[in-house]
Amino acid sequence: MADQTKRRHWLEHPATQNFLIPIFAVVLSFAVGAIFILIVGQNPFQVYSVLFSQTLGTSYGIGQLLFKTTPLIFAGLSVAICFKAGLFNIGAEGQLQIGAFMTALVGMYTVGVPAFLEIPLLILAGMIGGGIWGFIPGYLKAKTGAHEVINTIMLNFIAAALVSFFVTNLFNVPATVHTPEIAPTGKIPRFDTIFSSFSGSPVNFSILIAILAAVAVWYYVDKTRYGYELRVVGLNSKAAEYGGISVAKNIILSMTIGGAIAGLVGTNYVMGYKYYFEEGFSTGTGFMGIAVALLGNNNPFGVILAALLFGMLEYGGLVINTMVPKELVSILQAIVIIFVISSNKIFRKILVNFIKKRTLRVND
Amino acid sequence: MISQIFSLAFLAQTIRITVPYSLASLGGVYSERGGVVNIALEGIILNGAFCATVGTYYTGSPWFGLLCGIAGGLLVAAIHAVISIHVKADQIISGIALNLFAVGITKFVLQILFQSSSNSPRIAGLPYIKLAFLKDQPDVEHLLGNPLVLLTVLIVIASHFIIFKTRFGLRLRSVGENPEAADTVGISVTLYRYYGVLISGVLAGLAGAWLAFDQHSFTDGMSAGRGYIALAAMIVGKWNPLGAAAACLLFGFAESLQIQLQGGSLPTQFIQMIPYLATIIVLAGFIGKSAAPGADGIPYEKEK
Amino acid sequence: MPYAVELLNITKRFARTVANDEVTLKVQSGTIHALVGENGAGKTTLMETLYGLYQPDAGIIRIHEKEVSIKSPHDSIRNGIGMVHQHFMLVGPMTVLENIVLGAETTRYSLLDLKKTTAEISELGGRFSLTVPLNEKVENVGVGIQQRVEILKAIYRKADILVLDEPTAVLTPQESTQLFRILSELKDEGKTIVLITHKLSEVMAISDHVSVMRRGKIVGEVETASTSPEELAEMMVGRRILLRVEKNDRKAGDPVLSINNLSYIDKRGVNILNNVSLEVASGEILGIAGVEGNGQSQLVECITGLLKPTTGSMSVDGIQIAGLTPKEVFARGLAHVPEDRIKRGLVVEMDVAENLILGLHMQKEFGTGLAMNLKAIEENARFLITKYDIRPMNPDALARGLSGGNQQKVIIARELSRNAQVIVASQPTRGVDIGGIEFIHRTLVEARDAGKAILMISADLNEILSLSDRIAIMYGGQIVKIFPNNKVKESELGLYMTGSKRGSSQKASDG
Repeated sequence: MADQTKRRHWLEHPATQNFLIPIFAVVLSFAVGAIFILIVGQNPFQVYSVLFSQTLGTSYGIGQLLFKTTPLIFAGLSVAICFKAGLFNIGAEGQLQIGAFMTALVGMYTVGVPAFLEIPLLILAGMIGGGIWGFIPGYLKAKTGAHEVINTIMLNFIAAALVSFFVTNLFNVPATVHTPEIAPTGKIPRFDTIFSSFSGSPVNFSILIAILAAVAVWYYVDKTRYGYELRVVGLNSKAAEYGGISVAKNIILSMTIGGAIAGLVGTNYVMGYKYYFEEGFSTGTGFMGIAVALLGNNNPFGVILAALLFGMLEYGGLVINTMVPKELVSILQAIVIIFVISSNKIFRKILVNFIKKRTLRVND
Repeated sequence: MISQIFSLAFLAQTIRITVPYSLASLGGVYSERGGVVNIALEGIILNGAFCATVGTYYTGSPWFGLLCGIAGGLLVAAIHAVISIHVKADQIISGIALNLFAVGITKFVLQILFQSSSNSPRIAGLPYIKLAFLKDQPDVEHLLGNPLVLLTVLIVIASHFIIFKTRFGLRLRSVGENPEAADTVGISVTLYRYYGVLISGVLAGLAGAWLAFDQHSFTDGMSAGRGYIALAAMIVGKWNPLGAAAACLLFGFAESLQIQLQGGSLPTQFIQMIPYLATIIVLAGFIGKSAAPGADGIPYEKEK
Repeated sequence: MPYAVELLNITKRFARTVANDEVTLKVQSGTIHALVGENGAGKTTLMETLYGLYQPDAGIIRIHEKEVSIKSPHDSIRNGIGMVHQHFMLVGPMTVLENIVLGAETTRYSLLDLKKTTAEISELGGRFSLTVPLNEKVENVGVGIQQRVEILKAIYRKADILVLDEPTAVLTPQESTQLFRILSELKDEGKTIVLITHKLSEVMAISDHVSVMRRGKIVGEVETASTSPEELAEMMVGRRILLRVEKNDRKAGDPVLSINNLSYIDKRGVNILNNVSLEVASGEILGIAGVEGNGQSQLVECITGLLKPTTGSMSVDGIQIAGLTPKEVFARGLAHVPEDRIKRGLVVEMDVAENLILGLHMQKEFGTGLAMNLKAIEENARFLITKYDIRPMNPDALARGLSGGNQQKVIIARELSRNAQVIVASQPTRGVDIGGIEFIHRTLVEARDAGKAILMISADLNEILSLSDRIAIMYGGQIVKIFPNNKVKESELGLYMTGSKRGSSQKASDG
């Protein structure tokens, strides 16, 4: 009998649970959010229906939502690929700052380069900038054992100070805190230049780059030999050592790749929206990437779905602001994260008890 | 020139910056010495500041407000403690989520209570102790005479003794370094870890109250990364109360120097980087060894 | 004489196994009582139950002839029980003094009263020749001192019953002698001592009574004076029903794996391997028997590149492998079945097909350039699953969901598919069901008949005797004896394994 794998209740399958837990967490956080709405003296159903209809119900709303989603996909993928290697990248925020700044910097000095070269060039610049900022904590972890969590937090602040120095002193349009515009050939078109129904919303074709990045991450992690090594390191570093896989190399590599992906955020903001880098353009996108990766279960396509939800919430805060303070969505986001990390333990326990009871009853 | 910079006002400025850093950083020391990583310090400070403001505003008593600030810090710390110690979920993610939560909830309630998304009405500060020799410099007198300054100094010194010379400190350190060893001599790992995190709530809550009284109001996001600087100081100070306080003083000194030199030749951003660069350098082992408590961040599973 | 400890009909079950099966153990007050048995016999579980780390499922504990309820270490300390665990329960960055008083502190004006405590501990230390540097950090003192700290910790808590779990495992012979002197003094002071060990020479030297455990049961209790190592060894290993393994006579060829004077000193400065020399020829299985913790694990890790040996040389087919990385060692024709399949051998969150290429994943057949050749990986999995009868027969099943036997088959299948000349197999059938054991044994014998050189390390004598062509015995980091064939009595092996007997540490040569 020992050799027979047990027949499992369908609720016990990891795949089911990976899917159910995020949904459970989201539903529960909306329920808790309803309490906050009631405190303000509003009707939760009304508020939530406005939230959904104003974001998903109009093409302008969808445009806004997708615009907010794009950077979240990059940040989420950045965190997720590092998670796959067993590393916690809290540094996406700093990586995307450096990356976006590099995109703007290269863009302002390359006027006259044709679009088919300029666009890849600026994308590459962002990846290199972010990649360097991911490499540093990766290298420090591999060589000195310094924890990547602390170092990435510190590097976030250093990145913010660094780009702030550049855009207030060296590369700014006088009296502003932003760089000059990038070369016109480096601009990524907005949706509304082609689909008039998106008129006014800033969504642009960088979202395709985000989706492409998700596919690339999926392919790299799941289908390549290097991705295989990365997963082995993340799941069991002792087995990796045994199998002749260099743990240090994979730590550095995955942090660098994670940084490079975060560095792509500039495609949305710099290349697709403002056409320059501005101090303070990111309001915690990198941190939100942690939530997105968590909710998306570190799966690239899960990340896209989670980014859509968080993008909807970010824009949704604005549409419900007349009824409820828009910070409701920050509260919702925080509660989602807390439920996701707690439910891995709690939810599974509840589930196991539930299944036990059911099976007992059936056996009676 | 030098004397202009290193004036009494400069000293006051340095202390104004250092006090909240030190309180929060000591909070981090207690929490992490007990084995719980506390990135939620930022959120604890923010909520502490908010609750201190609200408490003072509605009662008119800054002393009551101070208690509210402590309670506000304790609340966030308690959530972190339950998630970390009981649920045994990831402590780092919990901290980040709670920081986000604190930003949201304070602004949310701010708008409900005061119909403003950015700041509260003005509140009174703590009464100060009159210092005769500073009569002609009222700003400095208000600051140095602030009972919280004295309290902070006392807490720093007391913490050194509490952590290294008392039964409580010995047990707290043991559950953070090797909980299994503590368990085998009959010490409750759970209990001491709760103590550590809750003390960090009290201290970082006090740090928040300081900010609120210092600015005489609550402004949104007013913790402004201080919780992270406190963490940095804790690491640079090698998880020791005196070391952490010294690091905070160094960071505070650098920051007030930056304020003095504003517009000078040295870009302010480079001074801002000092705490963070110092942390990375110390962690990499370039200046002595700085190792976190052995079981820091690892939930304790009793059953083998 | 009155009893200090009486464990009556103690039963302790874990998920699948019964660790203690109605065990009754009585220890007379003021004596040294040895508890001996092989690995996994249930000695440690029994003592940890006494110490309150486990709750027994059934049974009664009496201390000084009074029934007591022990729910936690706290209760056992209150009842005067102290335990020195095999893995010391010390806090490294704290001082020796702090470690001793932890949990039993004396305070004065809320501060630790170190002056008074120092005096008390110095007095205790003087009385039992337990000198320790009180103000040194524990992580900076040697293991011998650390053990004294553990003993002082117990005595400081007024323990009059002291349990020591394999206390000499990490000690040098000199340190062991000192320890025994200390234990004698403790006994003279009226303390009761329970000594868990598998070294019969120690048992004979120091104990008054011996209880022998085997498979969760007490199989004998005797007075030390009236027994012999031979009798104890026989009780420990028991009479076994040999598993029949169909096996032809050995047709050994030339030595393929040679190990010369290999030594390994660990980070704490403990000499784990001491001039180990071995040769394994093609077409033979050399079995290394020994009680666990005598350096076998480190020997395997040194050979396979996971540890860097301190001195010595090793070669496969004449090519040096000492100091190479695991990847390089694999490339020179070595396969490795690690002792712990969950920690080292498998990535349990990955599927069977992916586990079947661990360490082989960079070979051309499984992919070139960036991409993995998923088809080849699946075909490889289907082929090996069929060949080695791995259940379920599904390449996509997660390794976590497989039974222990099938997990082990995955590893064996993968390692044999390397086509290496040398196979190092460590505890190849631990935690595997009977059917699986037979299959794995047959597989190893087939590999041997195909001319592979197999080095097998096992704590299971049964396995050693049924599979080995030659048997080497490890004790205290050395090869203490090599038998040229497997016609050896178990009790004879037992004597060597427990250090009661040792041969000349000769180099393995063809017998």
